[in-house]
Amino acid sequence: MASLVSHPDEVKVVSRRFGQGATNIDRYLELDGYKAVQKAFAMEPDAIINEVKNSGLRGRGGAGFSTGMKWSFVPKQSAKPKYVLCNGDESEPGTCKDRLIFEHDPHAVIEGVMIAALAVGSQTGYIYIRGEYRYLSIIMQKALADAYARGFLGKNIFGSGRDLDIYWHGGAGAYEVGEESALMESLEGKRGIPRIRPPFPAVVGLWGGPTVINNAETLASVPHIILGGAEWYAKVGTPKNGGTRLFCLSGNLEKPGVYELPMGYNLRKMIYEVGGGIPNGRELKAVVPGGSSTPVLLPEEIDISMDFDSVAKAGSMLGSGGVVVLDDTNCIVKFALRTMKFYRHESCGWCIPCREGTDWLEKTLTRFHAGGGLKKDIDNIQYLSENMLGRTFCPLGDAAAMPTIAFVKKFRKEFEDHLEGRPCPFERAGAVEQLPVLA
Amino acid sequence: MPDVTLTVDGKKLTAPAGTLLIEACKSAGIEIPSFCYYPNLSLQGACRMCLVKIEKMPKLQTACTTVVTEGMIVTSDNEEVRQARKSMVELLLGNHPLDCPVCDAGGECELQDMTFSYGAAESKYMEAKNHKDEQQWSPVVFFDRPRCILCYRCVRVCGEGMDVWALGVQNRGVSSIIAPNKEDHLECEECGMCIDICPVGALTSGAYRYKTRPWEMKHVGTICTHCGDGCKTTLGVRRSDSGMEIVRGDNRDKSGINNDFLCIKGRYAFDFAHHPDRLMQPLIRKNGKLTPANWEEAFELIGKRFAEIRDHDGMIGVVGSSRITNEEAYLLSKFARVVLKTNNVDHHRTADFPALAAALSGKPDSTATMREVYDAPAILLIGNNPTDQHPLLAWQIRNNVRLHRSRLYLINSQTIKLGRQAAGFTQIPAGTEGKVAAYLAGDDAAVEAIITEKNSRETWNALREKLRGEQKLVIIFGSEIRGNDVAVLVKFGSGVHGAKFVCLADYANSRGAADMGLYPDLLPGYHRVADTGKFHDEWTSIPATTGLTLPEMVDAAKASKLKALYVVGANPIGRLGLDPFLFSKTFVVVQEMFLTETAFMADVVLPAANAYEKSGTFTNTCGDLQILKKAGEVTGTKSDFEMIVRIADAMGFDVHKLVPFGAGERTDMGQSRGAQSGEADRHAVWLEARGLEPKMSPLEPTAILDEIQRLVPGYDFSRINLLAGNDQHTTLANSGPGAIQKPELIVPANDNLFSSGTLGRYSKALHSVMESRTQQTSEVAAD
Amino acid sequence: MKFSDEFETRFTMMARHYPTKRSVLVPALLYAQDEIGYLSDEVIQEIARRLELTELDVRNVISYYSMLTTKPRGKYNVQVCTNIACMLRGGEELFAHCRKKLGIGHKQTTQDGRFTLEEVECIGACSWAPAIQVNYDFHENLTVEKLDKVLDGYQK
Ligand SMILES: Cc1cc2nc3c(=O)[nH]c(=O)nc-3n(C[C@H](O)[C@H](O)[C@H](O)COP(=O)(O)O)c2cc1C
Ligand code: SF4
Ligand code: FES
Repeated sequence: MASLVSHPDEVKVVSRRFGQGATNIDRYLELDGYKAVQKAFAMEPDAIINEVKNSGLRGRGGAGFSTGMKWSFVPKQSAKPKYVLCNGDESEPGTCKDRLIFEHDPHAVIEGVMIAALAVGSQTGYIYIRGEYRYLSIIMQKALADAYARGFLGKNIFGSGRDLDIYWHGGAGAYEVGEESALMESLEGKRGIPRIRPPFPAVVGLWGGPTVINNAETLASVPHIILGGAEWYAKVGTPKNGGTRLFCLSGNLEKPGVYELPMGYNLRKMIYEVGGGIPNGRELKAVVPGGSSTPVLLPEEIDISMDFDSVAKAGSMLGSGGVVVLDDTNCIVKFALRTMKFYRHESCGWCIPCREGTDWLEKTLTRFHAGGGLKKDIDNIQYLSENMLGRTFCPLGDAAAMPTIAFVKKFRKEFEDHLEGRPCPFERAGAVEQLPVLA
Repeated sequence: MPDVTLTVDGKKLTAPAGTLLIEACKSAGIEIPSFCYYPNLSLQGACRMCLVKIEKMPKLQTACTTVVTEGMIVTSDNEEVRQARKSMVELLLGNHPLDCPVCDAGGECELQDMTFSYGAAESKYMEAKNHKDEQQWSPVVFFDRPRCILCYRCVRVCGEGMDVWALGVQNRGVSSIIAPNKEDHLECEECGMCIDICPVGALTSGAYRYKTRPWEMKHVGTICTHCGDGCKTTLGVRRSDSGMEIVRGDNRDKSGINNDFLCIKGRYAFDFAHHPDRLMQPLIRKNGKLTPANWEEAFELIGKRFAEIRDHDGMIGVVGSSRITNEEAYLLSKFARVVLKTNNVDHHRTADFPALAAALSGKPDSTATMREVYDAPAILLIGNNPTDQHPLLAWQIRNNVRLHRSRLYLINSQTIKLGRQAAGFTQIPAGTEGKVAAYLAGDDAAVEAIITEKNSRETWNALREKLRGEQKLVIIFGSEIRGNDVAVLVKFGSGVHGAKFVCLADYANSRGAADMGLYPDLLPGYHRVADTGKFHDEWTSIPATTGLTLPEMVDAAKASKLKALYVVGANPIGRLGLDPFLFSKTFVVVQEMFLTETAFMADVVLPAANAYEKSGTFTNTCGDLQILKKAGEVTGTKSDFEMIVRIADAMGFDVHKLVPFGAGERTDMGQSRGAQSGEADRHAVWLEARGLEPKMSPLEPTAILDEIQRLVPGYDFSRINLLAGNDQHTTLANSGPGAIQKPELIVPANDNLFSSGTLGRYSKALHSVMESRTQQTSEVAAD
Repeated sequence: MKFSDEFETRFTMMARHYPTKRSVLVPALLYAQDEIGYLSDEVIQEIARRLELTELDVRNVISYYSMLTTKPRGKYNVQVCTNIACMLRGGEELFAHCRKKLGIGHKQTTQDGRFTLEEVECIGACSWAPAIQVNYDFHENLTVEKLDKVLDGYQK
């Protein structure tokens, strides 16, 4: 199972119970488990929502939308049942944090879903876990069964007179299904094609009922907020960016791993101090700060505070917390190609710009990287990406376009170095073979 | 809902709240391009061609999914919008074959049009295109994957429109393909709607593909000749050795009562017209053998024999058809009475229109139009299986339920497919439809016959209460309800506010044949032969006693009493399974397209034109009158209208008295060039030989339309509207008292989606579909 | 078509979790596949029948999800991640090594039916890259040497 790391700068909130045996419900109860939900029972729904709003908690799934605000969009009265849906589809390249939460602290997710359900007046929650995480779904099923056995779930929970059911649901391999509306389609047993919005899920979601969708980390943070108080949580982070975040450090680092750091932690420090810097005496070449869909940052751009607003100001995004570090032995064209290969494989194919654009870009980049590139290809790559941007049916198209635009803009010289039949100047032994296009 | 006001390109528009922006623009004459948007199908937002700029929105928005709001300010055409659309076309063309000159859709391809509009023809794409071989999914449907632009129209029209769901999307991303089950064959109703709706050349028709070019055809909008629903179809016609050939049937212009709908028969089964067995020359029995003859000889013989038999009081029978035009049916009815002096007239009856006419007497506006079936808030359907026998009616019902939430009540002895749309389905024991009518009309005792394990007395009570509470209920019934049961059902309907009726008959002009009086006891308009009145006045000295029904004619033949039989477009021997030697002592004249069982034993066979080769009108099962436009002529055939007049003439009858002509304005004798020129010339020669002026010709069916309009109740429609191609409702309710007919003479045609009486026997398209089906089932059986 | 009792218990239980029948489709397909090895025509027919779907509908769903397959696979499905985080730490070298060692390419199966090889997208092991999954088991922080040991462990 995934190994744990630690660093003195960490502020352990969500990861507090990692490695503590908290999959066991008794151990979880010892570690303040299910206290928050009991506290929430004594609160008015609006008070719960306000507490979450004031905590400055913003969605950990990528978009960074205020969680309290999202909950407040759910109509109080609804003819159809309301639902809470935990997004545990975690598939954004560079991201591997929800996995740790499910592995070490499944009850925290359950408790988060419960509190969300209380806040919006729902009686049913689903925890969607990506299909590859089979061992985690087994852990989750056991946790749910234990919670039911204790009367924490089911009828008349905690003797409150309220009924609440939470179920686990499994995926079967599709990145797009992490997008909230495609997630609902998938849960309803369909192809993961996103839905037309508006209406938004908070109004018309699962089976037509109002639905709150949150990332697993977001929901796992909620019990801590309810117990520790909004003020405490907000203070851990920066203004408008409350609390901590699980940062997944990966790539060319001495000490990759998942670290829980306060919002606003400095990126340079994250790479050089927490992550232990670049191994083998190499230099930093680039950082992808928030998962594969976020625009790349140059070494001179990393003196930034890792919160949603600051990273956006720097022209990228905080995204899903996946910090991917590249040293100077890597080829950016190759990196761009592999990124595009992923989006081409994962595009649902519904809309023209994403379906055709990702295919076209991947083919062009493949030829380009193999030495068959023309000067006009560079402009064409940029032209294509810019024409996808903002015009696709769902944000997957943007996720493919944004990093590509940044690669071309920031590393144009490196693209030019591939021209005129020159082989890739970075190609390492063993990886020269042309890889198959995933089908 | 109140209207909202918005601004598009500086123009102020108002539209009802809830309108989609793309529709609001369209109504104001602002065209927003689209591939995936299709009215009345679910929204996709997939092609992104309809992107527009809406103020206060950071990104471009899809007009096809945006609902208009008060004060919305929209720019539908600026640099940003044009670039967005251009790039969509470029992206599509990246993987699309650029071979418009060979593509089957060249000239009528929406992608081609967009490429011209947005100037995206410059190719930036250098890679090999994704290829996949063309597939044949059924005898009539081919699919060329590389041309598909994934607009999902085919998937939706098949699923949502047809409720067939034979197409889906396989794989994802750039590998996505439109596919039927197992990606190789269609399990469907073969309607071909997917082909029609495909904006590009991806889905093509086995009947039409690569035969010709859209601009090389003449396009003639006429009415389908198969079932009783009366779909409008546009025939693509080109010249051929035999005069003309129909190469395509579709309804892409969405005119007519069927909007864009056509079933397999309307779309492909025009091919009987070009069957090699088609008769192209009159045949006269000489020495016991049918021998080719010329027209003059044939008419002379028939005229002589008919006149002799009539003058010697010999018995003559006339059998008409439910596939001839109103004008022809009227003329035949009149010819029998006025020229042959007999009421021995009948046709293959598939519904009890006389009973309905009688029951509705004094109740004007009590029949529903085909359009109303699509709009009615509630529908009661007793008997029949429209999916098989009335495909358009089924489409109307289905889409009324889907789009307008109409409540469909089904009462049937079988579980039929429309049950999927029904708010309530009540199964009854076979043959108890009449009891249902009685119970609904208030006869509580009748319930005993229809109580089943599933449907108790209470269920029936509740259903009756619900039905009584409906408004504008359209009551549709099949031939299961006939005779007195019709009146009983009408009695029930009288208690429901605004109820209207549809009586289902099987052939393209069954209703017309009935309305025009192809009955031994009824004249046009269900006027009893015994009742004096306008027909006796106008037609003068017609017999007033009831004639023989078809079975009675058969009996008379058996008794060697029937001296002559005149069969126009019918095949009683084949249909009723009669002994072919039965008529050996009768002089039989048959007007037909093929050597049917009846034609085979005739003394004279006259090669007839079919509905696609003549002009005139049809009345569909609902009573909607529509105009037939002649697609062209096939050499060596004549319309039934012309042949009837020619026989009357050969009998020495003054044709002025049969067809009023010559008095009116100069007629349009058809084009002097092109496919119809032959007819005009022929008529002119005939007229000249008789010293007649080429005014309204007696051979031209519109010559008798005035009389029909004047004498047949319910046919007082607007001529201008008819000529403009609009359907005109004729209503049975204005008709006379009619008569209770012999309900046992009603024999359903029992055609299904893939059969169509004699026409179906000569349609290769229908045969190929049937064969591929038996093949598939035997393959499954062999597994 | 018969599934194991375990499948049936799971299916019945899961089917109760949703307001619509078809919602259970995706997990049910994956469990059926785990049991039968792949989604055969028979499995598809049976699942379609149970959930009142058309076969086409079920096939459309299957073909959307990368873990579902209608073709038989080897006993062990070796899934090598070559996505960015793994690529930076040698994922492609691992894949190349697998191809050589097993003598098969992407989505191919060894003659003895033991291994299927697949290049896959990010499996959520970025901080422990490079990583592979064999069936549902993760193997992380790999080198070519460690990979050999892992594969040898699946020789049975
Ligand atoms: C293509 C795409 C993939 C996504 N994948 C995930 C994912 O795997 N996990 C996740 O939590 N959110 C994912 N999201 C974001 C979700 O759509 C949604 O915003 C999120 O689950 C909301 O939760 P939050 O407010 O707690 O962040 C994805 C979004 C897109 C556009
Ligand atoms: S087949 Fe035609 S209608 Fe169907 S998705 Fe493809 S292009 Fe569109
Ligand atoms: S018409 Fe609007 S997206 Fe296709």
